[in-house]
Amino acid sequence: MKIVACIKQTFDTEAKIVVGGNGQISDEGVNLIVNPYDEFAVEEAIRTKEKNGGEVVVVTVGGDKAQEALRYCLAMGADRAVLIQDAAMVGADSRAVSIALAKLLSEKEAGYDIIFTGKEAVDDGAAQVPSRLAEKLDLAQANVVTALSLADGKATATCEIDGGSEILEMALPALISAQKGLNEVRYPSLPGIMKAKRKPLEVLSLSDLGLSADDVASKVVLAAAELPPARKAGQRLTGEVDEVVAKLVKLLKEEAKVI
Amino acid sequence: MSIVVCAEQRDGSLRKITFEALSTGKRLAEASGETLKALLIGNGIAGLADELKKYGVDEVAVVDNAALGAYTADAYAAVLAAYVAQENPALVLFGHSSFGKELAPRAAAKVDCGLVSDCIDINFADGDYLFKHPVYAGKAIGNYKVAGPVRMATLRPNVFPIVESAGAGAVVNFATDIPAAKVTVTGTMMASGDRPELTEADIICSGGRGLGGPEGFKLIEALADALGAAVGSSRAAVDAGWREHAAQVGQTGKVVSPNLYVASGISGAIQHLAGMGSSKVIVGINKDGEANIFNVADYGVEGDLNKIIPALIEKLKELQ
Repeated sequence: MKIVACIKQTFDTEAKIVVGGNGQISDEGVNLIVNPYDEFAVEEAIRTKEKNGGEVVVVTVGGDKAQEALRYCLAMGADRAVLIQDAAMVGADSRAVSIALAKLLSEKEAGYDIIFTGKEAVDDGAAQVPSRLAEKLDLAQANVVTALSLADGKATATCEIDGGSEILEMALPALISAQKGLNEVRYPSLPGIMKAKRKPLEVLSLSDLGLSADDVASKVVLAAAELPPARKAGQRLTGEVDEVVAKLVKLLKEEAKVI
Repeated sequence: MSIVVCAEQRDGSLRKITFEALSTGKRLAEASGETLKALLIGNGIAGLADELKKYGVDEVAVVDNAALGAYTADAYAAVLAAYVAQENPALVLFGHSSFGKELAPRAAAKVDCGLVSDCIDINFADGDYLFKHPVYAGKAIGNYKVAGPVRMATLRPNVFPIVESAGAGAVVNFATDIPAAKVTVTGTMMASGDRPELTEADIICSGGRGLGGPEGFKLIEALADALGAAVGSSRAAVDAGWREHAAQVGQTGKVVSPNLYVASGISGAIQHLAGMGSSKVIVGINKDGEANIFNVADYGVEGDLNKIIPALIEKLKELQ
């Protein structure tokens, strides 16, 4: 099987967000990680290979630092990596990213059986690339997947939906977006890390893909970022339990008017 | 031109987010001079059009077809894209629900337009739409513009007010080719019980490591039932296996904005605050007076939750 995992390098979830003077979010001194949901995607890709044979190709769009994220996935057990890197992709919107990925996957990396992504990235929280990519590649998709089985060229996926879950069946090739719970993500082993250094990592520009900067011009433009209004600590209620509870209920009812 | 709201129904009932989207669409249509239309897709759902009329729609377009009984992203996106091609709307609104999160980007790719996900505000000023979307789970807020002619947005549930208003309310059928869906829905398991769904609940009671174990959630559930609330969890409690991940609130869980969020035994890690920081009122119950939750709580109660919560439940019952 040819198995593809699409990843994104994001800020660590513990990162403090700083908005620079230009109204853009600063990445200075921020620890970068593989988007946590994409780790489930990579893990599932590797498990799929371990069960069915084949190769795992991990792909991303990013800058120089994104190579570290790809090497991490190679150390987990992916076979090779492709980085789409181009000045025209800096600050690209979800549409542009899916156009670049779709072009890569429909031409240079055609012939895949299954594509894994995370259900969303923890930075922009947009959750757009999985659905956009599935549409551009004309694939069946299962979103927010917590369980997956593959047999006889078919995928059966359990998907989290509001208030419950749903089971979907589809023929391969298909796109699966991973949710926490799909698997337990492995840590790279020391030999895995050593091996990863020699695994192929190809860097492609937009022109290598046959795309121009115009093809990926963003439609969604961030005018400015701002910090949310800071919440202030409110009242501390003290006293005996009964007294405190009576105070709390009275405040919720009469002051906050929420019960 | 128009503003189109993609209505969301499940098993023949419209979801609350649809009314939030219609109310927002109406406000924007009044500002921009567009007409407000709703697109209703499903099987045996034509009767729901009347309910949509309460929110000021000028026209409801209905696609009622046996092949659309079960929602599938690819088939619904094809219907939506065909409607957009006919209608050429300035803006299409969806809920940022599991339905809209999946359908909107698929439809946006088919239409080849820009989409802003998970908006907490949209305004029309100086001839353009401005979208506010929290990033890093609310640690920052981005202000976006979208190059037209068609723009799409998904709205965060529970943020936009529902306002009833009058509109022409015409109902038309929209006929289009319906492609065979690429996926088959073979089963649906909905959570049983009367508790509201986490992302659309008005009140959420959440528990964390301070509960001491999975049985601690019985207390949270009892409090939730006394308040008619949904039950949430911190990441620590999910990682410990005390609660399923679907209940997790935070940057790697659900982002919620209820009227009231009661955090019990939750220290208030940045990860968690990112998921519930937009709640209107926050109550923190924690035995550690230094816990970070007290820095954001409107009402902080320092003490033993095993004593406070039962007393709180009793007090709430007295009120009923």
